[in-house]
Amino acid sequence: MKNLDYQQIDPQALATPTPTPPPRPLPEHKPRRARRKWEVFPGKNRFCCDGRVIVARQCGVLPLTLGLIVLTSGLFFIFDCPFLVEHLTGCIPVIGGVLFVFVIISLLQTSFTDPGILPRATPEEAADIEKQIDNPTGSSSSYRPPPRTKEVVINQQVVKLKYCFTCKIFRPPRTSHCSLCDNCVERFDHHCPWVGNCVGKRNYRFFYTFIVSLSFLTAFIFGCVTTHLALRSQGGNGLVFALQASPASALELVVCFFSVWSILGLSGFHTYLVATNLTTNEDIKGSWSGKSGNEDVGNPYSYNSITKNCCSVLCGPMPPSLIDRRGFVPSDDSVQTSPVEIELSAAKNDTNMVGRAVTSG
Amino acid sequence: MPFHNLQELRHSASLATKVFIQRDYSDGTICKFLTKFPAELDSRIERSLFEETVKTLNCYYAEAEKIGSQSYLEGCLACATAYIIFLCMETRYEKILKKISMYIQEQNEKIYAPRGLLLTDPIERGMRVIEISIFEDSGSTSSSSTGSSPSSATAQ
Repeated sequence: MKNLDYQQIDPQALATPTPTPPPRPLPEHKPRRARRKWEVFPGKNRFCCDGRVIVARQCGVLPLTLGLIVLTSGLFFIFDCPFLVEHLTGCIPVIGGVLFVFVIISLLQTSFTDPGILPRATPEEAADIEKQIDNPTGSSSSYRPPPRTKEVVINQQVVKLKYCFTCKIFRPPRTSHCSLCDNCVERFDHHCPWVGNCVGKRNYRFFYTFIVSLSFLTAFIFGCVTTHLALRSQGGNGLVFALQASPASALELVVCFFSVWSILGLSGFHTYLVATNLTTNEDIKGSWSGKSGNEDVGNPYSYNSITKNCCSVLCGPMPPSLIDRRGFVPSDDSVQTSPVEIELSAAKNDTNMVGRAVTSG
Repeated sequence: MPFHNLQELRHSASLATKVFIQRDYSDGTICKFLTKFPAELDSRIERSLFEETVKTLNCYYAEAEKIGSQSYLEGCLACATAYIIFLCMETRYEKILKKISMYIQEQNEKIYAPRGLLLTDPIERGMRVIEISIFEDSGSTSSSSTGSSPSSATAQ
């Protein structure tokens, strides 16, 4: 009977002309269009394509990175490949092409993917946490209270969780606040200026693919260009002649020579991190290496097996983005949208309802 | 008089307070929530029902984050295609998240709304907390308003 009442109220309120207005959102909300959540995002990120693409505020040297890669690869395909295809094999541009595509795609994905940003606490959550934090001294007006920490035991090891004053949450383990992006990022590795974004839980595998494929690409181009110049300078022509015949190769040689060492080194370092399930942040701070004088530490997140660590970091399930960029900002969160109006119209239509119930029943 | 459906709850009740179930990090960084029963819910719902809900949610999340043959396959395939399939395909995690929201909706309709409570999907709170809203029945004249929230926000 009660359900029937509710079902009958709405159509009558809309259909019959009553002096009370039908239930609808408050007038102030009417002219304002619904905004997407990315438009009110508190961090320092920028968004493109209506929230589909996220970039850090300072895109750093991403254009430079892209430019160098495209330029060097372009010169390689235009100037070196024809010679090498003619003298060696046609596979060279194919391999180069595949590597180039991998590099560009993984670079763009690293730059434009949400690294694992944690949304800030809602006001009620923040208030709830504040309540739970003890403040025994009580006189906190003159100085800022010491950083709040919470301890948890993970895998028989004590891990301290810090309170983030900006996001108003206790940071989960392995989460760190990036000051450049002004966000807490899960499994924070580092903020990479070359890529123009933080590297965290969600885009670490893209970053790793990027640096590994880039090291293959630079080594490949370096090798091919060297072969090209070597072939050209054969037959008594000399290196100077070869360089004069193909000046672009000189530029490629220089770029690749300086890049290959640093990128190979970086790949090697990150391979070590993946194998031991560490982040750059933890490695630099020496969280688990016992530098702080504590002998009983070891990485509590490691599976103690290289293959399992690699698989969990690189082939693990892809976690979802927590910031819901394209969702709509909800209108007023209060539950009392129109209880008064419903009750009023219920009272007015009381007599009608009885009549209709009889006729429809 | 208990509420009969969610619509009724939202339209004729006022929000009294919210309880937050925090994450349990004892097993590492996987998504898991504490099953400790909050004191504010003592008079509103049976402990076993609450624990059942949280344990089921924990199972769902554990399944989503499980590293097994299916996730390896997904990961290797994704790597081979330069991760482009992530743009086209729905990942296993996302599929399980949909199951979780349906489960939460079902729990709300069957168990929590009739008791004047409302669960919020953790994904809407950045997977940090399970937010439980406690409603006061403003329509009735029962004394439930004095019973709940013994030590909550209103004091401060």
